[in-house]
Amino acid sequence: MRENRREAVGLLLPGLVLLGVLFYLPQLLMLGVSLGRRTAYGGVEHAFSLDNYLRALDPLYLTILGRSVVLAAVTTLLCLAVGYPVAYWLARRAPKRWRNALLILVILPFWTSFLVRMYAWIVLLRSEGVVNLALSGLGLPRAELLYNDFAVLLGQLYGELPFMIIPLYVSLEKLDPSLLEAAADLGADARRSFTQVVVPQTLPGIAAGCVLVFVPSLGAYLAPDLLGGGKTAYIGNLIQGQFAVARDMPFGAALSFVLSLAVLGLFVVFRRPLAKARAL
Amino acid sequence: MKGALSIRGISKRYGDALAVREVSLEAKPGEFVTLLGPSGCGKTTLLRLVAGFERPDAGSVSLSGQDVTALPAHKRPVNTVFQHYALFPHRSVFGNVAFGLEVRGVPPPETRARVEAALELVRLSGLGARGVGELSGGQKQRVALARALVLEPEVLLLDEPMAALDPKLRHEMQVELKNLQERLGITFLFVTHDQDEALVMADRIAVMSHGRIEQLDGPEQLYEKPRTRFVADFLGVANLLRGTVDRLADGLARVRTESGLVFDAAQDGGYRVGAAVWLGLRSERISLTERSSNVLEGTIDDEIFLGDWTDWRVRVGATVLSVGEGNVLARARRRGDAVTLSFPPEAVLRLEDAESAP
Repeated sequence: MRENRREAVGLLLPGLVLLGVLFYLPQLLMLGVSLGRRTAYGGVEHAFSLDNYLRALDPLYLTILGRSVVLAAVTTLLCLAVGYPVAYWLARRAPKRWRNALLILVILPFWTSFLVRMYAWIVLLRSEGVVNLALSGLGLPRAELLYNDFAVLLGQLYGELPFMIIPLYVSLEKLDPSLLEAAADLGADARRSFTQVVVPQTLPGIAAGCVLVFVPSLGAYLAPDLLGGGKTAYIGNLIQGQFAVARDMPFGAALSFVLSLAVLGLFVVFRRPLAKARAL
Repeated sequence: MKGALSIRGISKRYGDALAVREVSLEAKPGEFVTLLGPSGCGKTTLLRLVAGFERPDAGSVSLSGQDVTALPAHKRPVNTVFQHYALFPHRSVFGNVAFGLEVRGVPPPETRARVEAALELVRLSGLGARGVGELSGGQKQRVALARALVLEPEVLLLDEPMAALDPKLRHEMQVELKNLQERLGITFLFVTHDQDEALVMADRIAVMSHGRIEQLDGPEQLYEKPRTRFVADFLGVANLLRGTVDRLADGLARVRTESGLVFDAAQDGGYRVGAAVWLGLRSERISLTERSSNVLEGTIDDEIFLGDWTDWRVRVGATVLSVGEGNVLARARRRGDAVTLSFPPEAVLRLEDAESAP
């Protein structure tokens, strides 16, 4: 028992050190910064004040945070709606020998920087872009595809989709086909067997995928900035702006913490369904 | 007729392999029919064709006089007990048994009553709230049975439902299931590779090999008079010999085996002088004490102790025969002893060799 414990600590140590040095320590520094004050030239004057947090709770910023939550929620739902059929097909319908190759195609975009891929979308969507040239070539009217909410959602969906597909694929692949036969045997048609057997059985994958998409989407700033044209502010853009443009690091740090707390709050609210999904 | 099952000329092909070849089978209402055979013989495929999980390439399936060949699984009036039970892990025992009733839109009070009755039938009353993960193998099997029986199927299909149980529990369940089937009067189509299980439970047994039914008979008939070499071998006829018929006289056929044994077999009308033939002899039909007919001299080569009886390997010339003897008698013998064997001509089984047939 004691032996096991020592072994466990030994095995965990590298991970814990890494997490401590690269995550908790910077977080702690951020906390210190967030309590400080901005100097005239963008530096940080150390203090112990909650001014930045009070400022972050201004209705203007809370609206932006709310808008980010909506964007993240819509992104998550879109990814689920698009990702589930794809994952289902990959895990249960696609020929076995092609499966690994197809999975690599799903994660292939990660080989290129997200920034570069966002610019690629601009090339596709702008008014003189590939899509519009094709449309006018066919004699169709051009469409405003870039710098609006549609473009932001498209970029988000595109960027986050693999994070939804992979966990869904894993849980769909584990799904025992005899359960589907049992459902059919007991009189359930395809729709019924999907809602009563497939969805409950893949709940862990759905939960994992939703968390993996929702959390990064909450802090998204590249797609809103590049594809949305920066016309609508989201919390991610706001934070990035404080660090890079306004040079108000203490306020940016405070906003970051508010965002982290919002994520934590959502996890607390949804802890029961998430725990239930994980238990399966 | 409600509960009648009729399979006509059904075939199923997977790629190049014919899993089921033109099989026909009729089961009367309330009959317990077992499909018996080694793995890969097509018995499970045949069951899945009846359940509707597979579509046949040829032939038809009728249930209670209605052709269901074109119906998908969820519309067929049959239910299945799966080999590994296939219980829904996200549902309780009650939820599993209630599933089919919920799908049919049965009102909740009636569902509750029927589920409880079904659980009582399989002696699981009071366990409805349990998760299926908390059950033992035997209990899971009972839940699977209750889940299928609660829908009052016309025919119940069982795919090796005892395979995962330990031998003692399996024997108990066999008797219990047989009693249940007689009480409910539901037609059972039962798949197994265990010949003892088939003999204990079935009204009729279809022995399958290479996608065909080799023999379809009652348990006693099948045990006493296996028709082919495959069936005899599968049902534990230990001595299988290949020979030719020397002469016919007085209702007896004198046969000579390839290894040089000569003995008489009772003429059943199938022996012809000069014809090659496969012969079977159950080890328990050979006696080491009598001297009535077919007397052969040999020596004990080896012994296999089997608890209440011993399987002697007796060398007679170039042949080694398996001879069974109860252990009350067998204690006195040991390896190397000279023994005298005897068996009646009626004990010799004439077997067809289906595998060499076209």
